[in-house]
Amino acid sequence: MAQVAEALEQEQDAQSVVKKFMFVNRKAPYGTIYALEGLEVVLISAAFDQDVSLAFLDDGVYQLVKGQQTKGLEVKNFSPTYRALEGYDVEKLYVERESLEARGLREDQLLVPVQVVSAQEMAQLMEQQDVIIGF
Amino acid sequence: MLHIVNKSPYEKNSLTSCLAHAVKGGALLLIEDAVYGATKGNVAEGAIRRALADLPVYALGPDLDARGMQGNVIEGVKVVDFGGFVDLVAEHRTSQSWL
Repeated sequence: MAQVAEALEQEQDAQSVVKKFMFVNRKAPYGTIYALEGLEVVLISAAFDQDVSLAFLDDGVYQLVKGQQTKGLEVKNFSPTYRALEGYDVEKLYVERESLEARGLREDQLLVPVQVVSAQEMAQLMEQQDVIIGF
Repeated sequence: MLHIVNKSPYEKNSLTSCLAHAVKGGALLLIEDAVYGATKGNVAEGAIRRALADLPVYALGPDLDARGMQGNVIEGVKVVDFGGFVDLVAEHRTSQSWL
Protein backbone atom coordinates (compact mmCIF):
# COMPACT_ATOMS: atom_id res chain seq x y z
CA MET A 1 0.00 0.00 0.00
CA ALA A 2 2.83 2.39 0.91
CA GLN A 3 4.49 1.49 -2.38
CA VAL A 4 1.41 2.43 -4.31
CA ALA A 5 1.17 5.75 -2.48
CA GLU A 6 4.83 6.40 -3.23
CA ALA A 7 4.43 5.50 -6.88
CA LEU A 8 1.47 7.82 -7.15
CA GLU A 9 3.39 10.64 -5.50
CA GLN A 10 6.39 10.19 -7.78
CA GLU A 11 4.16 10.20 -10.83
CA GLN A 12 2.62 13.44 -9.70
CA ASP A 13 5.88 15.17 -8.79
CA ALA A 14 7.68 14.12 -11.93
CA GLN A 15 5.12 15.16 -14.46
CA SER A 16 2.14 16.81 -12.79
CA VAL A 17 -0.05 14.99 -15.21
CA VAL A 18 -3.10 12.97 -14.46
CA LYS A 19 -2.70 9.32 -15.26
CA LYS A 20 -5.36 6.74 -15.77
CA PHE A 21 -5.33 4.18 -12.96
CA MET A 22 -7.49 1.09 -13.06
CA PHE A 23 -7.96 -1.22 -10.09
CA VAL A 24 -9.03 -4.66 -11.22
CA ASN A 25 -11.02 -6.59 -8.62
CA ARG A 26 -11.30 -10.33 -9.21
CA LYS A 27 -11.80 -11.81 -5.73
CA ALA A 28 -14.89 -12.41 -3.63
CA PRO A 29 -15.11 -10.44 -0.37
CA TYR A 30 -14.27 -11.92 3.08
CA GLY A 31 -12.76 -15.25 1.92
CA THR A 32 -9.46 -13.47 1.32
CA ILE A 33 -8.14 -10.03 2.27
CA TYR A 34 -7.77 -8.88 -1.37
CA ALA A 35 -11.10 -7.09 -1.71
CA LEU A 36 -10.68 -5.03 1.46
CA GLU A 37 -7.02 -4.22 0.74
CA GLY A 38 -7.89 -3.21 -2.81
CA LEU A 39 -10.54 -0.84 -1.54
CA GLU A 40 -8.05 0.75 0.87
CA VAL A 41 -5.64 1.38 -1.99
CA VAL A 42 -8.39 2.93 -4.09
CA LEU A 43 -9.19 5.35 -1.28
CA ILE A 44 -5.51 6.31 -0.99
CA SER A 45 -5.18 6.80 -4.72
CA ALA A 46 -8.21 9.08 -4.69
CA ALA A 47 -6.19 11.52 -2.57
CA PHE A 48 -3.71 12.00 -5.43
CA ASP A 49 -6.17 13.42 -7.96
CA GLN A 50 -5.63 10.71 -10.52
CA ASP A 51 -8.13 9.41 -13.04
CA VAL A 52 -9.24 6.33 -11.13
CA SER A 53 -11.54 3.60 -12.31
CA LEU A 54 -12.54 0.26 -10.78
CA ALA A 55 -13.17 -2.91 -12.70
CA PHE A 56 -15.09 -5.85 -11.25
CA LEU A 57 -14.86 -9.18 -12.99
CA ASP A 58 -14.83 -12.89 -12.17
CA ASP A 59 -15.56 -13.41 -8.44
CA GLY A 60 -14.89 -9.68 -7.93
CA VAL A 61 -18.51 -8.96 -8.90
CA TYR A 62 -19.55 -10.59 -5.61
CA GLN A 63 -17.99 -7.61 -3.78
CA LEU A 64 -20.87 -5.41 -4.91
CA VAL A 65 -23.79 -7.64 -3.94
CA LYS A 66 -26.46 -5.91 -1.82
CA GLY A 67 -27.48 -7.10 1.62
CA GLN A 68 -24.10 -8.07 3.10
CA GLN A 69 -24.50 -8.70 6.84
CA THR A 70 -21.28 -9.61 8.62
CA LYS A 71 -22.43 -9.59 12.24
CA GLY A 72 -22.39 -13.40 12.44
CA LEU A 73 -18.80 -13.54 11.16
CA GLU A 74 -17.69 -10.68 13.40
CA VAL A 75 -15.73 -9.04 10.61
CA LYS A 76 -16.04 -5.51 9.22
CA ASN A 77 -18.74 -5.07 6.60
CA PHE A 78 -16.88 -2.90 4.12
CA SER A 79 -19.54 -2.97 1.42
CA PRO A 80 -20.98 0.49 2.34
CA THR A 81 -17.59 1.94 1.39
CA TYR A 82 -18.32 1.33 -2.30
CA ARG A 83 -21.20 3.78 -1.99
CA ALA A 84 -18.83 6.36 -0.47
CA LEU A 85 -16.41 6.26 -3.41
CA GLU A 86 -18.44 8.89 -5.23
CA GLY A 87 -17.50 11.36 -2.48
CA TYR A 88 -13.84 10.78 -3.35
CA ASP A 89 -14.52 11.45 -7.03
CA VAL A 90 -14.17 7.78 -7.85
CA GLU A 91 -17.17 7.41 -10.09
CA LYS A 92 -16.09 4.97 -12.77
CA LEU A 93 -17.14 1.51 -11.67
CA TYR A 94 -17.21 -1.07 -14.45
CA VAL A 95 -18.76 -4.49 -13.96
CA GLU A 96 -18.34 -7.24 -16.51
CA ARG A 97 -21.64 -8.59 -17.80
CA GLU A 98 -20.31 -12.10 -18.48
CA SER A 99 -19.12 -12.40 -14.87
CA LEU A 100 -22.53 -11.35 -13.50
CA GLU A 101 -24.36 -13.77 -15.78
CA ALA A 102 -22.04 -16.68 -14.95
CA ARG A 103 -23.00 -16.19 -11.29
CA GLY A 104 -26.74 -15.75 -11.74
CA LEU A 105 -26.50 -12.10 -10.68
CA ARG A 106 -28.40 -9.11 -12.05
CA GLU A 107 -27.43 -5.44 -12.03
CA ASP A 108 -30.31 -4.61 -9.65
CA GLN A 109 -28.69 -6.86 -7.02
CA LEU A 110 -25.69 -4.54 -6.81
CA LEU A 111 -25.38 -1.95 -4.04
CA VAL A 112 -24.03 0.95 -6.08
CA PRO A 113 -24.66 2.39 -9.58
CA VAL A 114 -22.24 0.82 -12.06
CA GLN A 115 -21.63 0.60 -15.75
CA VAL A 116 -22.14 -2.95 -16.93
CA VAL A 117 -19.81 -3.69 -19.84
CA SER A 118 -18.97 -6.71 -21.96
CA ALA A 119 -15.64 -8.52 -21.63
CA GLN A 120 -14.66 -6.97 -24.95
CA GLU A 121 -15.45 -3.47 -23.70
CA MET A 122 -13.60 -4.22 -20.46
CA ALA A 123 -10.56 -5.22 -22.50
CA GLN A 124 -10.72 -1.88 -24.33
CA LEU A 125 -10.96 0.02 -21.04
CA MET A 126 -7.91 -1.85 -19.77
CA GLU A 127 -6.00 -0.94 -22.92
CA GLN A 128 -6.71 2.75 -22.29
CA GLN A 129 -5.03 2.79 -18.86
CA ASP A 130 -1.59 4.04 -17.87
CA VAL A 131 -1.43 1.90 -14.75
CA ILE A 132 -3.34 -1.26 -13.85
CA ILE A 133 -3.26 -2.75 -10.37
CA GLY A 134 -4.93 -6.07 -9.73
CA PHE A 135 -6.46 -7.49 -6.57
CA MET B 1 -17.40 -38.58 6.44
CA LEU B 2 -18.10 -34.86 6.61
CA HIS B 3 -16.64 -33.07 3.60
CA ILE B 4 -15.86 -29.38 4.16
CA VAL B 5 -15.19 -27.04 1.24
CA ASN B 6 -14.15 -23.39 1.63
CA LYS B 7 -13.21 -22.15 -1.86
CA SER B 8 -15.33 -20.50 -4.55
CA PRO B 9 -16.13 -22.94 -7.40
CA TYR B 10 -14.72 -20.34 -9.83
CA GLU B 11 -11.47 -20.07 -7.92
CA LYS B 12 -10.53 -23.72 -7.39
CA ASN B 13 -11.71 -27.23 -8.29
CA SER B 14 -12.06 -28.25 -4.61
CA LEU B 15 -15.82 -28.75 -4.81
CA THR B 16 -15.60 -30.79 -8.02
CA SER B 17 -12.91 -33.02 -6.57
CA CYS B 18 -14.75 -33.34 -3.28
CA LEU B 19 -17.98 -34.40 -5.00
CA ALA B 20 -16.07 -36.99 -7.03
CA HIS B 21 -14.99 -38.58 -3.77
CA ALA B 22 -18.04 -38.15 -1.56
CA VAL B 23 -20.14 -41.29 -1.10
CA LYS B 24 -23.58 -42.00 0.36
CA GLY B 25 -23.71 -41.70 4.12
CA GLY B 26 -21.46 -38.68 4.04
CA ALA B 27 -22.34 -35.00 4.14
CA LEU B 28 -21.11 -31.84 2.48
CA LEU B 29 -20.62 -28.56 4.34
CA LEU B 30 -19.90 -25.38 2.38
CA ILE B 31 -18.19 -22.55 4.28
CA GLU B 32 -16.42 -19.24 3.49
CA ASP B 33 -16.26 -18.57 -0.28
CA ALA B 34 -17.60 -22.06 -1.01
CA VAL B 35 -21.09 -20.90 0.05
CA TYR B 36 -21.40 -19.25 -3.38
CA GLY B 37 -21.61 -22.81 -4.71
CA ALA B 38 -24.86 -23.25 -2.78
CA THR B 39 -26.50 -20.31 -4.57
CA LYS B 40 -28.79 -20.28 -7.58
CA GLY B 41 -27.18 -19.41 -10.89
CA ASN B 42 -23.71 -20.40 -9.72
CA VAL B 43 -21.63 -22.67 -11.96
CA ALA B 44 -21.88 -25.36 -9.27
CA GLU B 45 -25.70 -25.32 -9.06
CA GLY B 46 -26.13 -28.44 -11.21
CA ALA B 47 -23.47 -30.35 -9.30
CA ILE B 48 -25.00 -29.41 -5.96
CA ARG B 49 -28.51 -30.44 -7.11
CA ARG B 50 -27.13 -33.81 -8.26
CA ALA B 51 -25.21 -34.24 -5.00
CA LEU B 52 -28.39 -33.63 -2.98
CA ALA B 53 -29.77 -36.93 -4.28
CA ASP B 54 -27.02 -38.81 -2.43
CA LEU B 55 -25.97 -36.72 0.53
CA PRO B 56 -27.15 -33.83 2.68
CA VAL B 57 -25.63 -30.48 1.76
CA TYR B 58 -25.17 -27.75 4.34
CA ALA B 59 -24.04 -24.12 4.02
CA LEU B 60 -22.82 -21.93 6.86
CA GLY B 61 -25.38 -19.19 7.49
CA PRO B 62 -23.02 -16.46 8.77
CA ASP B 63 -20.93 -16.86 5.59
CA LEU B 64 -24.04 -16.57 3.39
CA ASP B 65 -25.17 -13.48 5.35
CA ALA B 66 -21.79 -11.75 5.07
CA ARG B 67 -21.88 -12.19 1.29
CA GLY B 68 -25.49 -11.03 0.84
CA MET B 69 -26.40 -14.49 -0.43
CA GLN B 70 -28.86 -15.51 2.30
CA GLY B 71 -31.91 -15.20 0.03
CA ASN B 72 -30.44 -17.06 -2.91
CA VAL B 73 -29.79 -20.56 -1.58
CA ILE B 74 -30.61 -23.63 -3.70
CA GLU B 75 -33.68 -25.54 -2.40
CA GLY B 76 -32.67 -28.54 -0.35
CA VAL B 77 -29.45 -27.03 0.97
CA LYS B 78 -29.70 -26.69 4.74
CA VAL B 79 -28.36 -23.54 6.35
CA VAL B 80 -26.55 -24.08 9.67
CA ASP B 81 -24.98 -21.73 12.21
CA PHE B 82 -21.65 -22.26 14.02
CA GLY B 83 -23.38 -24.55 16.54
CA GLY B 84 -24.68 -26.64 13.64
CA PHE B 85 -21.15 -26.80 12.21
CA VAL B 86 -19.92 -28.25 15.52
CA ASP B 87 -22.82 -30.75 15.58
CA LEU B 88 -21.95 -31.95 12.06
CA VAL B 89 -18.33 -32.51 13.02
CA ALA B 90 -19.43 -34.41 16.13
CA GLU B 91 -21.97 -36.54 14.21
CA HIS B 92 -19.43 -37.82 11.68
CA ARG B 93 -16.58 -40.15 12.52
CA THR B 94 -14.21 -38.23 10.22
CA SER B 95 -14.01 -34.80 8.59
CA GLN B 96 -12.10 -33.87 5.50
CA SER B 97 -11.30 -30.29 4.49
CA TRP B 98 -10.92 -29.77 0.75
CA LEU B 99 -8.78 -26.64 0.77
